[in-house]
Amino acid sequence: MLRLKSGLWLLGFVVFALLPLVVTNPAYRNIAVVTLIFMACATSWNMFSGYSGYVALGSAAFYGTGAYTMALMANHLHLQGGASMFWLVPAGGLAAMLVAVPVGAIALRVRRHTFVVITIAIFFVFQLTAINLSFTGGTGGLSLPYVPWGASYFEVPFYYVAFAILIFATVLSVLVRRSRFGLQLLAIRDDEDRALGLGVKVFPVKLTGFVMSAFVIGMGGALYAMLQGQIYPQFVFDPIFDITIALMAFFGGFGTLLGPLLGGLVLESMQQYFTVTFSSGSLGSLYLIVFGALFLVVILFMPQGIVTAVRDWWVKRAARAARDSAASDAALAGGSH
Amino acid sequence: MSPLLSAQGISRAFGGVQALNVCSLNVEKGSIAGLIGPNGSGKTTLFNVITGYVKPDAGTVTFDGQDITNARPDKVFALGVGRTFQLTRIFARMSVVENMLVATQHDESWIYGLTRSKSSKSELDAAMEWLDFVGIARLASLEAGSLSYGQRKLLELAYVLVADPDVILLDEPAGGVNLTLINEISEKIRTLNKSGKTFLIVEHNMEFVMNLCDTVTVMHQGSNLVTGLPAEIRSNPLVLDAYLGGGDEDEESQEAAHG
Repeated sequence: MLRLKSGLWLLGFVVFALLPLVVTNPAYRNIAVVTLIFMACATSWNMFSGYSGYVALGSAAFYGTGAYTMALMANHLHLQGGASMFWLVPAGGLAAMLVAVPVGAIALRVRRHTFVVITIAIFFVFQLTAINLSFTGGTGGLSLPYVPWGASYFEVPFYYVAFAILIFATVLSVLVRRSRFGLQLLAIRDDEDRALGLGVKVFPVKLTGFVMSAFVIGMGGALYAMLQGQIYPQFVFDPIFDITIALMAFFGGFGTLLGPLLGGLVLESMQQYFTVTFSSGSLGSLYLIVFGALFLVVILFMPQGIVTAVRDWWVKRAARAARDSAASDAALAGGSH
Repeated sequence: MSPLLSAQGISRAFGGVQALNVCSLNVEKGSIAGLIGPNGSGKTTLFNVITGYVKPDAGTVTFDGQDITNARPDKVFALGVGRTFQLTRIFARMSVVENMLVATQHDESWIYGLTRSKSSKSELDAAMEWLDFVGIARLASLEAGSLSYGQRKLLELAYVLVADPDVILLDEPAGGVNLTLINEISEKIRTLNKSGKTFLIVEHNMEFVMNLCDTVTVMHQGSNLVTGLPAEIRSNPLVLDAYLGGGDEDEESQEAAHG
């Protein structure tokens, strides 16, 4: 089982690492880059919200902060468009962490539904600020230095940077899950007051998780801005982004490692593919219907997400197999439930 | 000798309800103290005040000579006061052994938690040892949510014990569990008490309290009515009044007068 699992992870890694060699169509490569960015953001979102149970719906505030950091710094530093701009990607992540400190300090004082509402409200403060300030370019947004790479090559560096961010997000998520800190986040999810009464310093733990998860989301925004070459406040501070990455995690399996990866991969690549394929025809919004239907199916039949549903099915099957073999041994001892 | 745990003159109101009204309680080191009283007499609120979940309007709580009146629950726990809840609270979607590990950090800095794995060898050993002590070690890898109610009670006791507190506050340890398990829990408490643990127990099961406790305090309408040996409490007319409804009698006589 363990060998099968690590084999599948390795297979996934190899497939993703070789993908740009196989896929040469720039439109599809672009889909792949954006998909990787969303997979990384959903994984990072899940590292806090999925583990702690605090469903944050304002993560576009960090995504937009990363994007604007990239645009503003590239312009003010008079960078030549090109690979040197990639160095600003971590800067975007750090800026997102910086703004996440006060956001978390305010929002994490409340729980559950109130927390969700507060994060949405704070997100809109960010969007309105970006629209109305002059240094952010208002509704016109900002242009970034032109990246002069050829069409046959353009997306490849973006792809590998996005892939690196995704690996970073995944490894971080694993390390957090295995650490004492991650155990405390899970304890907070299950019963925050009980955790407090067992010595868990819940507020600093929550705030740290919240701020950490902003890093990758900010990096995602920064890379996205560089890829687009032009950003608008309504598209980087986008409420749809808030919901999308949460849905990706729920779709794949809230609080699991594989869930947001799977959710991001399926949902974002599908959405991008349908948009590119049908955007000009009469089937322009067909993908939205397919999307909605898929969601209904998953929510109705697998409310815990795909990964959790499959795992439960697997565990049940294994238990049944064990029971059957025990029965055939005619050695069924009672009382040990 | 001054008591190990002491609450003096505690008052606390929730809206118009005076849950605690100048309530005092002392728990001597090494003793098993019982706390009884009718429903709504303030026992659980007193627990909440002592363990930092509820801030009192007046009064002081001291533990081992230290003022812990307004300390947060994590601080109180780290100092050595552990508690269980009336409605058993466990971490349902974590494994039984992970439940245990949550309680093993003592006063460790939260930053340290970022850099260390979720358990050390010695913590894991201690966790298994205490699970074995309460008799559920074979369930260690199960998800805690799949435990029965009685097993949850045992788990809650075990994860409080793993942190090695000096005083353990038990809120209805015998509530809703079968007789065999009640005796078992009673036996565990006695064993732990012999090894030096101090207990404060809220319980409605009189037999359990009277057999186990060194001293019993009766609470009534938010105050400590009387404290004494179990035998004294049993025969105290004030206690009978509190339980059998002296208040109701007053009301009835008033009603009779008005009628």
